[in-house]
Amino acid sequence: MKDAPENLGLDYDPVRHPEGCRPGIDCDHWVIRGARLRDPSSELDRNDDIYLSNGRIIAIGEAPGDWPGDTAEHLCAEGHWLIPGIIDGWARLREPGLEHKATIATESAAAVAGGISTLVMPPDTTPVLDTVAVARYIKRRAQLAGRARVVAIGAMTQQLEGELLAEMAALDEGGCVAISNAHYPFHDLRLMRRALEYAATFNLQVLLQPIDPSLSARGCAHDGAVATRLGLPGLPVSAETAPLAQLIAMINETGARVHVPMISSAAALKLIERAKADGLPITAGVSAHQLWLTEMDTDALDPNAHVIPPLRTMRDRDALRRGLAEGLIDTVVSDHQPHEPDAKLAPFPETEPGISGLETLLPLVLKLVEEDVITFDRAIDALATRPASLFGLSDAGSIAVGQRADLALIDPDAMWSLDSTGMASAGSNTPFAGWDFAHRVEATWVNGRRVFLREE
Amino acid sequence: MAVNFVRPKIPKFAPDPWAIQFDEQGHLRHLLTIEGLGPQWITRILDTAEGFVSVTDREIKKVPLLRGRTVVNLFFESSTRTRTTFELAAKRLSADVLNLNLATSATKKGESLLDTLRNIEAMQADMFVVRHEQSGAAHFIARHVAPHVSVLNAGDGWHSHPTQALLDAFTIRRHKGDFTPLRVAIVGDIRHSRVARSQMHVLNSLNVGELRVIAPRTLIPTDVEKLGVRVFHDMREGLRDVDVIIMLRLQRERMESGLLPSEEEFYRLYGLTEEKLAWAKDDAIVMHPGPANRGVEIESSVADGPQSVILEQVSNGIGVRMAVMSLCMSANRGENA
Repeated sequence: MKDAPENLGLDYDPVRHPEGCRPGIDCDHWVIRGARLRDPSSELDRNDDIYLSNGRIIAIGEAPGDWPGDTAEHLCAEGHWLIPGIIDGWARLREPGLEHKATIATESAAAVAGGISTLVMPPDTTPVLDTVAVARYIKRRAQLAGRARVVAIGAMTQQLEGELLAEMAALDEGGCVAISNAHYPFHDLRLMRRALEYAATFNLQVLLQPIDPSLSARGCAHDGAVATRLGLPGLPVSAETAPLAQLIAMINETGARVHVPMISSAAALKLIERAKADGLPITAGVSAHQLWLTEMDTDALDPNAHVIPPLRTMRDRDALRRGLAEGLIDTVVSDHQPHEPDAKLAPFPETEPGISGLETLLPLVLKLVEEDVITFDRAIDALATRPASLFGLSDAGSIAVGQRADLALIDPDAMWSLDSTGMASAGSNTPFAGWDFAHRVEATWVNGRRVFLREE
Repeated sequence: MAVNFVRPKIPKFAPDPWAIQFDEQGHLRHLLTIEGLGPQWITRILDTAEGFVSVTDREIKKVPLLRGRTVVNLFFESSTRTRTTFELAAKRLSADVLNLNLATSATKKGESLLDTLRNIEAMQADMFVVRHEQSGAAHFIARHVAPHVSVLNAGDGWHSHPTQALLDAFTIRRHKGDFTPLRVAIVGDIRHSRVARSQMHVLNSLNVGELRVIAPRTLIPTDVEKLGVRVFHDMREGLRDVDVIIMLRLQRERMESGLLPSEEEFYRLYGLTEEKLAWAKDDAIVMHPGPANRGVEIESSVADGPQSVILEQVSNGIGVRMAVMSLCMSANRGENA
């Protein structure tokens, strides 16, 4: 017999305090004084005090009547910004299955160092996240780590093999915030259509990454001038647009709510734009690195620039930036994939794709704000507000009384340079080493606990 | 909306993958790709090769330049012709030569590429001649070898085969002299050819008059025009008025992977026959990096005909490889300033 949903409670439990919690850090009552509170979804942009108690925001401005006063922890945060904790909609934490690369403990610590309070994890773990037991294990590991909240996306098909439907409704009841087949293909289009139909029955949020395995074949770089010069097997744009067009056709018929976590090309953006204009329930995301890097960054054969979908042209990058600015692209994700050093120690095509992106997600997006590519409001919308609504995390992603106290404190004037050797993530595979950033996360609260404080 | 992108800092990886080929004094340390060599270095290699080609005509075909040095042929992908010419070049320079066919040994046992490298380095090797099935492998090895070791790329994936392109340029120069008035056509599987890519760089660097590639679209890589070539799909148009025809080898697997319908159709449309050769200039020379598939990309009577310089390419290959080896080794001795 299945567990009743209320017994599973995978989602909204307060993060438990580990044994030996430190007074003043793991304190239940916080007042953060004088920070510039910035949350467009609550139309909030003013310097004020904010009161946190038992995991929630209980007051903004005046202290509530029963405020415990002396026993609460104070933090003077004048000159800093306080924003909603970031919700990273697509991050691989490597556990269970690949603990030699990273663990939930290391990566949730890296997340809070980057202002991320909630990590959404795709189901391609080992074992595959196709049972409630695996989801429960992940939640338990995250609780023990006591840093970021980790929420799981359940598998759409058993073992992600694309042949038999997974128990999607059970996964949903078990606290999975969405379902997905990660980057694995379906056995055939009929099966895919049925999976979407089944998901639509229960109004489940589906995440599908369009990538045609036969068109991508051995491809490791954008099929363009740079790959041609370097003799790298190319991954054409059609490997993204062809399956995306099929997906859109099926959304039209099934009504399934589908989010594409990462698009990489101007052509894919056009398809998304048209589908949205047609009123289809489709949303899209982009990875932060796609907003900054292009195929030119694979030019030095740096394995840290080896990502799937690949870095595309300047024109694609600019289209993605425009798409984000105009809100056609809903969210920005880290597409975090930490690796052990050996995974990147080989000729470019033989290296494993992926960037360790948790600690650069927010800085890269704020850098777009700094360069007037997007507004600050759009940045918070893409990093917190829309992901919260996408994954049904209704009490997260905003600063308002009654909401979860998931917050990030930012020093807007701190100039810093990314040192890949000093990253909190177990993977230091980043192409952004040496880049300068102007905003730095100084502290992060998750569920009312301060889980990160930058120490000089 | 202003979209100003200013790269904040140079990343830790050198922005020019070819910069690694030179040491701090600007001497040639490795030969990984033609890119970044510039016409001066290319000409210097070709001039040096002239001297070495005459060595091979002597009764005693040896010079003592690399006496006491060890050259290791690291072939992760099998090749007889290229390995043999590198071996012969090294031996004519009096080096000790070690041939390692790694396609079937170490790496198949799970030993990583770097482990293999470290082990051979420990045997006091001075130069690695590397062939590998992955593009960028020679760069990867060059980034990780000890400072006294030179790396020569003998072909990596679809990327680069610099000595082959240099010997082609050497052969063309011997027959045609100046490159600037020449029209050169490369015919066949451009998409998968490291030879073609290196030829494009070497010929454009030497300011060739016009460089053409001729193939069906399935064998032409995306945006190849950006490498400085004109694309033709029709042999008659592509061969018109050309001075040099370079045929590339076509592999049967190309047919199986759906790039071509059949050898017969390819031969009919793109195979170099006497009839098609007549569309080029009367004194056009015919080249092929070998080994040639007769009756697939080239007719026997053309391969063996008076306009063919295919065997000369093989002999020139030894002299060119001797030149590259001696220049790289003298960089390590601080001699080629």
